[in-house]
Amino acid sequence: MSRFVVHRLWQGVIVVFCVVVVVFVLTRLIGDPVRVMLPLEATADQRALFEAQLGLDRPIWEQFLVFVGDAVALDFGDSLWQRRPAMEIIAERLPATLILTFSAIGLAVVVAVPLGILAALKPEGLFDRVVVLVSLIGLSVPQFWLGLLFIVLFAVQLGWLPTSGRGGVEHVILPALTLAIPAMTRIIMVVRSTMMDELNRQYVKTLRAKGLLEWQVVGVHALRNAAVPVLTLCGWELIRALSGYTVVVETVFAWPGLGLTAIQAIERQDLILLQAIVFVTAIIVVAVNLILDIVYKAIDPRIELKAA
Amino acid sequence: MTTTLPPAPTTLAAPPASEAEAPLLSVEGLTVDFYTRRGLVHAVRGVSFSLGKGAALGLVGESGCGKSVTSQAIMGLIHLPGEITGGDISWKGRSLLGPAAAAYRRQVCGGEIAIVFQDPMTSLDPLFSIGRQIGEVLVRHKGMEPAKARVRALELLDLVRINAPERRFRQLPHALSGGMRQRALIAMALASEPELLIADEPTTALDVTVQAQILDLLIDLRQRLGLAVLMITHDLGVVARLCQQVAVMYAGTVVERDRADAVLLRPAHPYARGLLRSTPALETRLDRLLTIDGQPPDLRRPPQGCAFLPRCARGTDSCRTRPPLGPKPGGTGGRVACWHPVTEPETVPAAASPAGGSAAVRPDPLVAVEGLTVHFPAGRDGLFGPRRVVQAVDGVSFTVRAGETLGLVGESGSGKTTTGRAILRRAPITRGDVRYRGQSITTLTGEPLRRLRRDMQLIFQDPYASLNPRMTVFDIVAEPLIVHGLAPDRRALRDQVVDLLALVGLPADAVTRHPHAFSGGQRQRIGIARALTLEPAFIVADEPVSALDVSIRAQVVNLMQDLQARLGLTYLFIAHDLAVVRHIADRVAIMYAGQIVELGDRDRVYADPRHPYTETLLAAVPPVDPRAEIRPTRPGEVPSPLAPPPGCRFASRCPLVTEQCRAAPPSLSPRADGHLLACWHR
Repeated sequence: MSRFVVHRLWQGVIVVFCVVVVVFVLTRLIGDPVRVMLPLEATADQRALFEAQLGLDRPIWEQFLVFVGDAVALDFGDSLWQRRPAMEIIAERLPATLILTFSAIGLAVVVAVPLGILAALKPEGLFDRVVVLVSLIGLSVPQFWLGLLFIVLFAVQLGWLPTSGRGGVEHVILPALTLAIPAMTRIIMVVRSTMMDELNRQYVKTLRAKGLLEWQVVGVHALRNAAVPVLTLCGWELIRALSGYTVVVETVFAWPGLGLTAIQAIERQDLILLQAIVFVTAIIVVAVNLILDIVYKAIDPRIELKAA
Repeated sequence: MTTTLPPAPTTLAAPPASEAEAPLLSVEGLTVDFYTRRGLVHAVRGVSFSLGKGAALGLVGESGCGKSVTSQAIMGLIHLPGEITGGDISWKGRSLLGPAAAAYRRQVCGGEIAIVFQDPMTSLDPLFSIGRQIGEVLVRHKGMEPAKARVRALELLDLVRINAPERRFRQLPHALSGGMRQRALIAMALASEPELLIADEPTTALDVTVQAQILDLLIDLRQRLGLAVLMITHDLGVVARLCQQVAVMYAGTVVERDRADAVLLRPAHPYARGLLRSTPALETRLDRLLTIDGQPPDLRRPPQGCAFLPRCARGTDSCRTRPPLGPKPGGTGGRVACWHPVTEPETVPAAASPAGGSAAVRPDPLVAVEGLTVHFPAGRDGLFGPRRVVQAVDGVSFTVRAGETLGLVGESGSGKTTTGRAILRRAPITRGDVRYRGQSITTLTGEPLRRLRRDMQLIFQDPYASLNPRMTVFDIVAEPLIVHGLAPDRRALRDQVVDLLALVGLPADAVTRHPHAFSGGQRQRIGIARALTLEPAFIVADEPVSALDVSIRAQVVNLMQDLQARLGLTYLFIAHDLAVVRHIADRVAIMYAGQIVELGDRDRVYADPRHPYTETLLAAVPPVDPRAEIRPTRPGEVPSPLAPPPGCRFASRCPLVTEQCRAAPPSLSPRADGHLLACWHR
């Protein structure tokens, strides 16, 4: 097990390094960062000064080493837009994103797994049909519209919750719900179909023939066998939300998260901030995947290193 | 172990009504229906039997006869879309059916009655250790503490003769071989100390030598634990070995019920007799297998009268009303559901004619294989470990003469299928040479290889998986001609396909239908027609009948023999079923762990096996004749093809083993009259 973890950790480090290389290549070699960041009417002197500030006048390999060093130290310099360290901005915004995504995906999983299992117990039954129908509706509704609907209903009409912005728990509920519903419907469908497959397998017949109670058959044996594909989807939902797909929800609810910040950085041509966001996101994605891999291995000990 | 068939206790034949004690298990008029998209299937249509304490009843029949459904009904495993719609099942005199019996059912099913299923590869939860899965039963039915359950589970693993139980206890199912898994499943079934063990085709998915070991185990357990056994099987040999009582099922009903020896020696129902006759025997050989014509009825529309009538030679008008399960003539106390039961004793059909076999064997070799070796890469051992290689076939040499049938026999993992595929250039040849009509084809590529493929065709094992379900029979059979650019115009092509279908005994109107409209036996005929489309000279038939029921199997074997005689075909017949091979092959090659250990004329090999493995293999087949002598089985399993032993590959299981065998592999060398043998001591 420890060998497995060390190996996966090492692979994660390689991925993060690749991200660093790609970001470096994209920003330094393909485009001209100075032209991107300075206004068009900037003079040659201003350009030279700016280049020297950013260290762009030095040889490319030296620039790369400095960049890697910055990445290791988590210091990408000052944001051009806000004139303060990029990491400081991220440190402000990241918790908002984490709170939003973890509460949303957490909610989705907690609701979807039991619903999916119950639906799978009686395929084509009334409960199953209702769950599938509601899931399909949830899947088809555009997220921004859902958010606006919630605002109109719960914030404007009923006045139970604030319309937007960040604050206490009441501020999280609507954006989290908006983010959770599509994820929830996807998870329900996958839990339902994998559980249906598992419950039709021969080993389930053996378990029932052993006289085990139904909750043991379903909740212990079948669920563990169904867990890997379900976890894969949950991990994907989490990664998707963490890596900026929350931007629609963040926009609708004026939620000051990382996704919104990334969009703002792009609009303001703030390469420094954008680099920092990409790097931090990459680390988060790698970390989530590492945790998932360890959980997979715990669920299914047959998973071996070479599957990577 | 005394395993000769004991005289059946008369109480089992027909428990007298006066007997105070109710039978252990009693099934009365059971009917089970399944709601399917294509209509209501009447899977079980009034089945009755009873089973006393410690008795062994065999429930025999072909696929779809309702034997497994009956066992599941007993275990309370029928759920929607299936439903028990009539009759009763009672245990020790108390009904197990209905909501009122729910608590009783929970106590009995899985507790006092336990079941072992057919396929050990899929019957265990892959993610829980063997020990945990056995322990669960102990906790559930015996109320044991986990620590005590562990001790008891180890005892159970020992009881079913699993080596190193401590290690197996911790392992996941995938680390165990099929035979070991079946032992573990038996241990699991025994954990609740049941009084009745239902064994639903417990050995069908296993190799014949492993099957013999499991049968021995069941017989031994029955004697030691006084266990009653309900053995569900299609294999009459298994019944003869284990059961005192037999109930033969056909189309959802019991057609004959009697003492095992009475059913096996003097079957009264025409179906039971037909089943027995179409089972090829290992001991004798017929020129032609006897068959039961036709197919079982569609249970969505079961016939009003006798279900066997359309296939029966003895049928009369009275058969249009359903015969009751009445007393059977012959004084054995049996019962038979037939208006015209067979009374004359079963005559042993004429013994093998010495000249039997393919008519026109020419001495020249059509296919010659020399030192054929096929190794597959199997990844690395860990990330940076050494590359591993599966040594599927390792230095195999033989010839197939024009017009003959060479039987290639072996258990799973012996490399027989890979050998067949390599000869057809469908598996990569690592070393060695394959010659066809004297020309090496080992390195052929491109157009010459394509042209060769016309001459060499393959018949597959599984007729359900080997036909594209979206293509019509016409497209399936005509496709080889189109692919090879040999297709005439559409009209002529149609005629050609219809001729081919007629050749394999299918009607012309089959061309427009899809494979799902056909039964397994008919599908295999379609597969044969497809193989014949290009008029090949050489056909590799890879287990062509092992997925088929006994009565259908005989039809297909006969068809293959007819086609050989008419078209002068040469067959490489790959199979694990020794009786079928004895019937169809002229010469037989026995494979073990990637090598041929013995090769010779069919009758020589069967009558006088020389290699210890051949002996083991032949001894492992349970004879259908209940009077036959029981031969001892040998323990052990096939070595891993990843790391075969350096010497003789059979050394780990061989009774004759010496140091020499472990040190160096014996080569396949000729003995008297051209018999080939790879053994240091024979």
